[in-house]
Amino acid sequence: MMILSGDPPRSRALSLILIAIVVVLAITPFVFPGAKPLNVAAKICIFAALVASYDLLLGYTGTVSFAHTMFYGIGSYAVAIALYGMGPSWAAVATGIVIGLPLAALLALGIGLFSLRVEAIFFAMITLAVASAFLVLASQLSWLTGGEDGRSFSLPELLRPGTVFIKDLFGVRINGRILTYYIILVGCAAMILGLLRVVNSPFGRVLQAVRENRFRAEALGYRTVFHLTYANVLAALVAASAGVLNAMWLRYAGPDTSLSFSIMLDILLMVVIGGMGTIYGAIIGATIFILAQNYLQALMGAASNAAAEAGLPLLPGLLHPDRWLLWLGLLFVASVYFFPTGVVGRLRGAPKPAE
Amino acid sequence: MTDIPAPSASDALPQAKRDLVPVLLPVILALLMLPLVGSFSSWVTLTIASLAMGMMIFIMASGLTLVFGLMDVLNFGHGAFISVGAYVATLVLLPLAGMSQADSLLTNLAVLVPAALAAMAVSGALGVVVERVLILPVYGQHLKQILMTTGGLIVAEQALYALWGPQIIPLPLPTALRGSFIIGDIAIAKYRLLVLLVGIAVFVAIQLVLNRTKIGLLIRAGVENREMVEALGYHVKRLFLGVFMVGSALAGFGGIMWALYREQVHASMGNDLTVLVFIVVIIGGLGSIGGCFIGALLVAMVANYGGFLVPKLALVSNILLMVAILMWRPRGLYAVTSR
Repeated sequence: MMILSGDPPRSRALSLILIAIVVVLAITPFVFPGAKPLNVAAKICIFAALVASYDLLLGYTGTVSFAHTMFYGIGSYAVAIALYGMGPSWAAVATGIVIGLPLAALLALGIGLFSLRVEAIFFAMITLAVASAFLVLASQLSWLTGGEDGRSFSLPELLRPGTVFIKDLFGVRINGRILTYYIILVGCAAMILGLLRVVNSPFGRVLQAVRENRFRAEALGYRTVFHLTYANVLAALVAASAGVLNAMWLRYAGPDTSLSFSIMLDILLMVVIGGMGTIYGAIIGATIFILAQNYLQALMGAASNAAAEAGLPLLPGLLHPDRWLLWLGLLFVASVYFFPTGVVGRLRGAPKPAE
Repeated sequence: MTDIPAPSASDALPQAKRDLVPVLLPVILALLMLPLVGSFSSWVTLTIASLAMGMMIFIMASGLTLVFGLMDVLNFGHGAFISVGAYVATLVLLPLAGMSQADSLLTNLAVLVPAALAAMAVSGALGVVVERVLILPVYGQHLKQILMTTGGLIVAEQALYALWGPQIIPLPLPTALRGSFIIGDIAIAKYRLLVLLVGIAVFVAIQLVLNRTKIGLLIRAGVENREMVEALGYHVKRLFLGVFMVGSALAGFGGIMWALYREQVHASMGNDLTVLVFIVVIIGGLGSIGGCFIGALLVAMVANYGGFLVPKLALVSNILLMVAILMWRPRGLYAVTSR
């Protein structure tokens, strides 16, 4: 059995872009000084893994789940609560992981068995309802989750910014923060490679068969509910792991950073813009989206001010930095309509529809 | 069973057996809660509150369920119409605050009715645009429909933020509708009573249209078997556009009612209500108006009684209700579509 997937990007431009993204992510701590670029890079890594796991569901099985942030949140909260309650130790991190991941898997199994036997639309609605109930639960059970404020915690000694390993390497102080960043980078890369392996395995082929024609897959003798549920559990596990990494990076878990519906919409946007059913699309989509989120807003702010000074009506409001999602939403609708295969599909250019 | 709001169809055709068990559910639930709540007066207040809430949810959800039943289109952006309706209502109600705050029922209604009509007109028109632009290109493709309408929801919500700003807009109730009627030791909020009446009127109107007119006949036939209606030479897509428009208008109408109930308007309200509306539609059985009505009542009752008896449970009570109903009837209370 091959460890890697044997599914290359299949496009020179795409390969170059992917290599560029990975290289830039890998050297970010050395090239871009300051906290913000590192934050953006870490977020890109985490979201690339999260979106890739969502792509396993949306792109490869054709089921729309709105509960993906729930699993992401479970991972975040598990590690946050463990570290908050047990103090900053590796045992607490392990406890969080040992509790969080199986919890996410069990919940995914339950939802899957309960609702994946019916149509995609039913599944979408039920996951939406469950996820919103979970969000309310998390913000109400304040003795456990800290309510709306969430839980801040400190990391184990080794990962703190105060821990300095090398005083000066290419002019950068290598501390616990940078170590955390590389743990995230490697962890997310491993998850994405693992997902690539999964979707190119016989199991992944069955998933695509189910997506294309469920009846036919069933007629061929595959128990489609089993496969869909398995994919759901797998996606939930990866999402929860991404959540763990996210909490460790932020040293915080709260409803807004890990559970809210807007993150779910962000994930959807990233998958579709990047390209459904490709896994590689997740990396592209996450990069575009997070960069836009962090840097487009500044640009829009300038444009909004300029429009306000020019005395144009309505435009300042439409270009206000907080309204960047409006433009991404339009881009989203346009890309579902015109480029259903996303950036990756465009770059590959091959007549291989994702639908 | 005279108190059952079930339609009586023509007797000329052989009838399927009338399924009354779901109809009894809200009644049984309400009666069961009487000893649990304890005092009769709070029970009446709670029951009226849940009936009123149920009516509002029903008005918002009815369009969604018909649209799905008829055309197999699930509009995840349905909540946007709710918000749009509420915002449009503020355009009428806030400038005319003098009239809505006057101490006369007639003057109040003279503002409320145009506000409601404006809300329905705008959200209905928006519905037409959404149907043409977002949904028409992706008929028959569930995945894309969900994505398109979700995208529409994002754009609509952001556009509302851009036009009105992110703050919560307070929308006080007209003076004549504030306060309650006091009968003995029972207090019944006036606005809830109005909502109740309006909700029943809307339900009866929908039932009459569906059961007594030719368009209603076509809609029901289309829900059951679209191809056959098309084969008989009717433009189901045009019919669908009409249903979509009316459904959006009803959502907008529900939006203004909900906004007045909460006395505030915010762009995220549609988003929050979407979940509730979906639960109702699932419980009722996709495509069924009667099921949608009962589902809305059940959801509202569980929310109100649950909130009174076990406040912590109220958070997940809707999900529990949905799971319980789906365990009993996997396709909702009334499974009208063959899908």
